[in-house]
Amino acid sequence: MALLQIAEPGRAAAPHQHRLAVGIDLGTTNSLVAALRSGVPTVLPDAEDRLLLPSVVHYGPDGLVSVGHEARQHAGADPLNTIASAKRLIGRGPDEFAADSLPYAIEPLSGMAVGIRTRAGVKSPVEIGAQVLRALKERAEAALGGALVGAVITVPAYFDDAQRQATKDAAALAGLNVLRLLNEPTAAAVAYGLESAAEGTYVVYDLGGGTFDVSILRLARGVFEVVATAGDAALGGDDFDHRLAAWFAASAGGDWQPNLGALRAAARAAKEALTQQDRVLMQCRRSDGSVHSLAVDRALFDDLTQDLIQRTLAPVRRALRDARLSAGEVDGVVLVGGSTRMPRVRDAVAQLFGREPYTGVDPDLAVALGAAIQADQLAGNRAGDDGLLLLDVNPLSLGLETMGGLVEKIIPRNSTLPTARAQEFTTFKDGQTAMALHVVQGERELVGQCRSLARFTLRGIPPMVAGAARIRVTFQIDADGLLSVSAMEQSTGVQSQIEVKPSYGLAPEVVGEMLRDALDSAHTDAASRMVREAEIDARRLLDATDAALREDGATLLLAAEQFQILRAMQEVADLLEQCAQNEGSTLAEQRELRSVLRRSTDALNRITTPFAARRMDARVRTVLAGRTVDHIAA
Amino acid sequence: MSISVTPRAAAQIRKALGKRGGGLGLRVAVRTSGCSGYAYALEFADALSADDQAFESEGVQLLVDVQSLPLIAGTQLDWVREGLNEGFKFNNPNASNTCGCGESFAV
Repeated sequence: MALLQIAEPGRAAAPHQHRLAVGIDLGTTNSLVAALRSGVPTVLPDAEDRLLLPSVVHYGPDGLVSVGHEARQHAGADPLNTIASAKRLIGRGPDEFAADSLPYAIEPLSGMAVGIRTRAGVKSPVEIGAQVLRALKERAEAALGGALVGAVITVPAYFDDAQRQATKDAAALAGLNVLRLLNEPTAAAVAYGLESAAEGTYVVYDLGGGTFDVSILRLARGVFEVVATAGDAALGGDDFDHRLAAWFAASAGGDWQPNLGALRAAARAAKEALTQQDRVLMQCRRSDGSVHSLAVDRALFDDLTQDLIQRTLAPVRRALRDARLSAGEVDGVVLVGGSTRMPRVRDAVAQLFGREPYTGVDPDLAVALGAAIQADQLAGNRAGDDGLLLLDVNPLSLGLETMGGLVEKIIPRNSTLPTARAQEFTTFKDGQTAMALHVVQGERELVGQCRSLARFTLRGIPPMVAGAARIRVTFQIDADGLLSVSAMEQSTGVQSQIEVKPSYGLAPEVVGEMLRDALDSAHTDAASRMVREAEIDARRLLDATDAALREDGATLLLAAEQFQILRAMQEVADLLEQCAQNEGSTLAEQRELRSVLRRSTDALNRITTPFAARRMDARVRTVLAGRTVDHIAA
Repeated sequence: MSISVTPRAAAQIRKALGKRGGGLGLRVAVRTSGCSGYAYALEFADALSADDQAFESEGVQLLVDVQSLPLIAGTQLDWVREGLNEGFKFNNPNASNTCGCGESFAV
């Protein structure tokens, strides 16, 4: 309690303003908003005391847009205008998912994003996300009684640049100031107050309705760092419902296809009841009016879903491997997502780590509560320097295309964010005045196999011989995981830069696939990299020889010598042509090609060595002409 | 509904009024906002306005406006020394929560 002093009338210091800030868990199926009230993180309910806002938007015939529970009621009657799970589409391009896998009319928008055709026009996932965010903002402002300074919005740890940017765009559209995007697992750890410990390593196991994510967080000196993430984008509580539904349909007999919705709802209810009871009666009504009921006990349910739980453990092990940890080295396990209420899930996690997971915070609310704590700190409501800084990692390496279609990685995978790394590049050709920079994301060695994020050009490089220019390229990723790249020629200070707002991003499954690809093809990549490098060397030598011949060939070489050099050049040029055509050759062929190319390049090098020596002598003679030794010494 | 002061607080208030060279008494008010919703304000009072209620405690005049009164009824104002810092402290039975920085409270 602060101590007060007496002030002159009307002069009492205004108390410092409480800056209203909220944490938002923008989920695939449901969203939540939470704020700190009297120091306690609280999920803010709507007028009818409901905590969850279904992430559903309905575009009505009268131009009316409804969000949440009201919108969800239209799902059955008006499915094409009732948009759910827009989070799955946000920041993704039309080529990244099968259009027929969604119940909506999908249209490409500007070639790089998708839109959903509704009666209110084509809506982008960003606009739909904005509707949900606006509803949460209104709810929060009504509950807190004032305008929000800002919000912390959580995103899956796997979200790439485009998806994060799209989430920010949605917030801007909803009139929300984003204080920070926070990874969901990190938010959950904050909700458990894990940041108050001195240090430790924690695993966040997040089994939601349709997705599974696991993250490993390291806490050191009050700083959280996400050291590894893994997951399965197509595994969640719904799969458990489906298993139970399938078993019920098979046991009860008959055709359940027309009653699938009711069947799944019954399965879900039974699953939820089984978290409290050992045995429940699962009941489902067919459209002909007949009611079927079957008893389900935990043992049966566990049998039906055992492999699903096992499937979650593989990404956990992968993340541990990425973080170079054994299960025993983990200091705590946090469970997030309603599906972690299943006792079998808890048992499996406890068994893997040899310790009981934390379960004190409602797994459905943990992410929003953690985001609220972080939002309060970022809004500046907590005095002192106890504000925690949350570090994340980038899921895929970021790099530049270099000569020959190779990737030079600038920021390696799993680097902590925010980060900035710089590397120097140089020009490849004499007199080169511009440099095209191509920013790519991925683990592969060749550009063609990585994801292109952005291109820009640095112009105004003064003409110099190849290799003389010094171009510093800086990659910077901010705390939200957004990338900007700048390039500067050191001698002149010419600069160019780009905010990478990629046209499309990578879906979690694509990220996983790219990582797998990179591992599987490490050998072939290395081989093709070596071929490319041999090609680059050869081409550089060809260019240099060509330039030298034009300049001094006539004066310093005999005709026979010139001919010899030209023949060696021809041989190298032929081989280069062959390389260009042999793009997809086998490993053995690539090796063969590389050694032939190396041999002929070496031959050209040898044959031109005396020529190079003569050129050097000639230069020295020109410089020294007319000078005495004294002159030179001075 | 009334508020009071401790003898130590009364002595400080008299001292402050004497230093200032006069005044009717002490105005105790509650302002909205602050971390937890409400914040206290202490001012010298030179005049009694229409919606003020006056109390006398330990020989000093305390003025509270009617809007503030329900939020601080029963409060005892104390003068305390905490380390190098000294000042008035509110012992408010209505406050359910005070914020971390202590400048404000909730009811």
